[in-house]
Amino acid sequence: MEQLLQQVASGLANGAIYACLALALVMIYVSTDHINFAQGELSMFSAYLVWQVMQWGANFWVALPIVVLLSFLIGVLVERVILRPLHTAPVLSIVVVFIGLLAIFHSLAGAIWGHTIKDFPSPFPNIVFAGSGYIGPHQIGMILVTIVLLVALFSFFRFTPLGLAMRAAAQNPASARLAGIRVDWMLALGWGLAAAIGAVAGSLVAPAVYLEPNMMASILLYGFAGALVGGIASPGGAVAGGFIVGVLENLIAYFGNLLEKSTGVYVIGNGEKLTVALIIVITVLTLKPSGLFGHVTVKRV
Amino acid sequence: MTLLGRRTLLAGSGAIAFALTLAPASAQKKYDEGATDTEIKIGHTNPYSGNASAYGTIGKALDAYFKKVNDEGGINGRKINFISYDDGYSPPKTVEMVRKLVEEDKVLFVFQTLGTPPNTAIQKYLNAKKVPQLFVATGASKWGHYKDNPWTMGFQPDYVTESIIYAKHILANVKDPKIGVLMQNDDYGKDYYNGFKQGLGKDADKLIVSHVTYEVTDPTVDSQMIQLKNSGANVFFNITTPKFAAQAIKKAAEIGWKPAHYLNNVSASIGAVIKPAGFENAQDIITAYYIKDPTDPQFQNDKDMVEWKAFMQKYYPTGNLIDSSNAFAYAVSSLMHHVLKQCGDDLTRENVMRQAANVKNLQLPMVLDGIKVNTSPTDFYPLQSVRLARFKGEKWDLFGEILSNESSTQ
Amino acid sequence: MVTGLALLPLLGGKTGLISNYGFLQLSLMIVYAIAVLGLILLTGFNGQISLGHGAFFAVGAYTSAVLIDQASWPYWATLPVAAIVCFLVGYIFGMPALRLEGHYLALATFALAVAVPQFLKYRHFEWFTNGVQGINIFKPDPPFGMPLSADQWMYLIVLFVAVVMFWIARNLLDSRTGRAMMAIRDHSMAASTMGVNVAHYKTVVFGISALYTGVAGALHAIIFEFVAPDSFRFELSITILVGAVVGGIASLPGAVIGGIFVQVIEKYADALTKKLTAAVSLPIDLEPWTIYGIALILLMYIMPMGIAGGLAALWRKLRGS
Repeated sequence: MEQLLQQVASGLANGAIYACLALALVMIYVSTDHINFAQGELSMFSAYLVWQVMQWGANFWVALPIVVLLSFLIGVLVERVILRPLHTAPVLSIVVVFIGLLAIFHSLAGAIWGHTIKDFPSPFPNIVFAGSGYIGPHQIGMILVTIVLLVALFSFFRFTPLGLAMRAAAQNPASARLAGIRVDWMLALGWGLAAAIGAVAGSLVAPAVYLEPNMMASILLYGFAGALVGGIASPGGAVAGGFIVGVLENLIAYFGNLLEKSTGVYVIGNGEKLTVALIIVITVLTLKPSGLFGHVTVKRV
Repeated sequence: MTLLGRRTLLAGSGAIAFALTLAPASAQKKYDEGATDTEIKIGHTNPYSGNASAYGTIGKALDAYFKKVNDEGGINGRKINFISYDDGYSPPKTVEMVRKLVEEDKVLFVFQTLGTPPNTAIQKYLNAKKVPQLFVATGASKWGHYKDNPWTMGFQPDYVTESIIYAKHILANVKDPKIGVLMQNDDYGKDYYNGFKQGLGKDADKLIVSHVTYEVTDPTVDSQMIQLKNSGANVFFNITTPKFAAQAIKKAAEIGWKPAHYLNNVSASIGAVIKPAGFENAQDIITAYYIKDPTDPQFQNDKDMVEWKAFMQKYYPTGNLIDSSNAFAYAVSSLMHHVLKQCGDDLTRENVMRQAANVKNLQLPMVLDGIKVNTSPTDFYPLQSVRLARFKGEKWDLFGEILSNESSTQ
Repeated sequence: MVTGLALLPLLGGKTGLISNYGFLQLSLMIVYAIAVLGLILLTGFNGQISLGHGAFFAVGAYTSAVLIDQASWPYWATLPVAAIVCFLVGYIFGMPALRLEGHYLALATFALAVAVPQFLKYRHFEWFTNGVQGINIFKPDPPFGMPLSADQWMYLIVLFVAVVMFWIARNLLDSRTGRAMMAIRDHSMAASTMGVNVAHYKTVVFGISALYTGVAGALHAIIFEFVAPDSFRFELSITILVGAVVGGIASLPGAVIGGIFVQVIEKYADALTKKLTAAVSLPIDLEPWTIYGIALILLMYIMPMGIAGGLAALWRKLRGS
């Protein structure tokens, strides 16, 4: 029982990592209708920028806003310079551009900062509290920040005119244009905001997994799975999805071990937990294609 | 001397060793492809791109070393032409690049190719072609099987030897050991684990109470660490690469698990593992040591270290000084340097292999004092010894004798 | 033209113009072209996306290697088996994929690509996959004492298989089935109202697509005489996807262009990186992926429809003016 609780707690902590990245994926998806496969590397790059600014002597809480702003600009720039001329290109060509971006950011981070892991101090106070054996202060902080981000995003899309305009621009650019929305800039704004959220995600993930160029490579898959299982168009769903994937994965390994201990037969364990988690996610998606918390969209003919 | 077949090498190995001591280098100039009066071509592959590009620095440091050699006049008057390609740590790509090296660039031999799967993929080809595959950058135990693969030779103390040393230390020092193992689920992890079981002897399965694995795609090993703690283990054998090693050390402290902790040499770097994991979390960890860690304060004024730092500054200024891969590269290229010097003017593939198998009591720079390279026609394991060290304060405290495990040779 | 290509070994062997290594390169281009063709059939002609075709490539390679290693089959006999196994795997995978579209299918296939290398290491399969160690097999020598090197012989085999497979693909696309495939791609609902059994076609196309890529994998295993989980990491799926898109996603010649592209680009990226580093002194050491990424983006910039699409557009322009 003790171990089960610990595994759930550690799953939630990992889930927070996935949820952070899932939020950035949702941001881009909602505003541009694309899944940005380079999002993980962008976040990693931003995390390195935060680290660099901290190396120059700044406090985390000073470094973060600077880098969030910088990442916003990078995001806008990427959209305006690289993606804008490709607005009419087929989806797969955009995917290849994302792969290109992924390769560039990954290799630049390695070239600039090297490949040895860097310690990224947690911005949260290291206090001991009841239950801190289960879940560390950084993990709690990460979950809280994720929830704050989520609420902010949700309100932004739901209640602000800008948020509504962005959603409209992504879902139906032609009508949006007729309604007087500057669709081009909405897309750039979406990229900027996603990059900014990605910067926060990267800076939260780095203390938990150590900063290095591969940091986000595998997390992207989890974030992607989380976002889809929760519903890629809904920030709340994506965050919930991230947590679900994190906990699910640990539980699979836990019950796999339990099974092995009681029957002596190895069926699944740590080696297969990701695979099994993905099978479950995909099964859910085949049964409920818009995700657990997504809305069903009616197909237009 | 005529070309030696595999069988003659086997049967006559003793005789050759004898002949060699009498005439180490013939006065006559003899060349195979890749060597001339002015040049020796060396081939190399390394992951410069992709997820294993952390090791790319080894290739760059090797290149820097040979630049230094050339600046100093080359080896026996010949310049080194070091040709290095990106293999992305992909076995088929390594085969392709190695074939390019051998067939197009016509290198004399292949040196320091990295990783067990890539080296396994090229081994058969190189042995069939009789091109030396020297001092490969992996610690798997199979690189010293001179009977099956007379053209392949390892370099570093192999994983099996290292694990056996840990196992023996545990049996001698821990009362009633209950061992938990965390292992990367690949060939490297398996090699360590098998050696460890071998070292524990027939009770291995009883002594190991928990054996958990992780994949390199796992974001963290937190879940595994919880499993290990709950197994009730009082000894922890940590077979992980640097990032995961740091995570494991930190997590163990966080969840209050304090076993006797044995950390594989792969992750013994202070700068790249221990410091990020936190010195306070790493106290009393035991590891096996053979390369002088550039970030270990005890070597700051060491002669080798001063020399290495000057080399890095001059020939590889963009290189990372806390990355012990760069120290490793310096040591292994010094061995290559030594072997080529010993070849004299007989730069045939056969002689390169023969000289590689004829190194006696060589102390390499950046290798712990007293740990010497010894090879012979029946010993294809250049470095075979380590010293145990315990982490104290901010440095590794070496203790005990130089240890080796001779049983790993055939 | 095919005859010309088939005569190359004779020419290369006699004159030494093409080395054995050159034939290896050619064989690999063809192998990747077959793999890319598999993806093009699925994505370009049927509208289903896949980020995980490396998985089928791996299944084909392992099928071939295991049969050669465990059952001592001759290499040629393993190709049809690899084809059938991959067809079945693709078909079965295509069934849940039916319910998944766009991003969801992308995730499912992405997951497949990540899962397969782990699957190959699964403890209960180790007796035939040999786990992380991989399997060593032997490359075939040319039969009847033909005056060819092993590489030249392999090249002929690969070329023969490719010609057959491209020919079948072309006929398939020209047939009723092909038209149904494209109708589904262009408008699946309309196709369905017109009486096309969408589910049936989609799963069968998934199977065929996997078959193509799987045969490429089997050839790849025979060429390299070695398979290991590390040979089929996720990057392979990306490589196949990049080949398909850069070559031209809805074009058979695009598959050939894509195959050539993925075979040469990485080497050029590596070589160019070295040249750049030598020419300009930068404070950092450039890595090949930077050049690779820039190349991909530029290509998509200039030719969003892939190289085949770009060439076709250029041709139209030249003819039009």
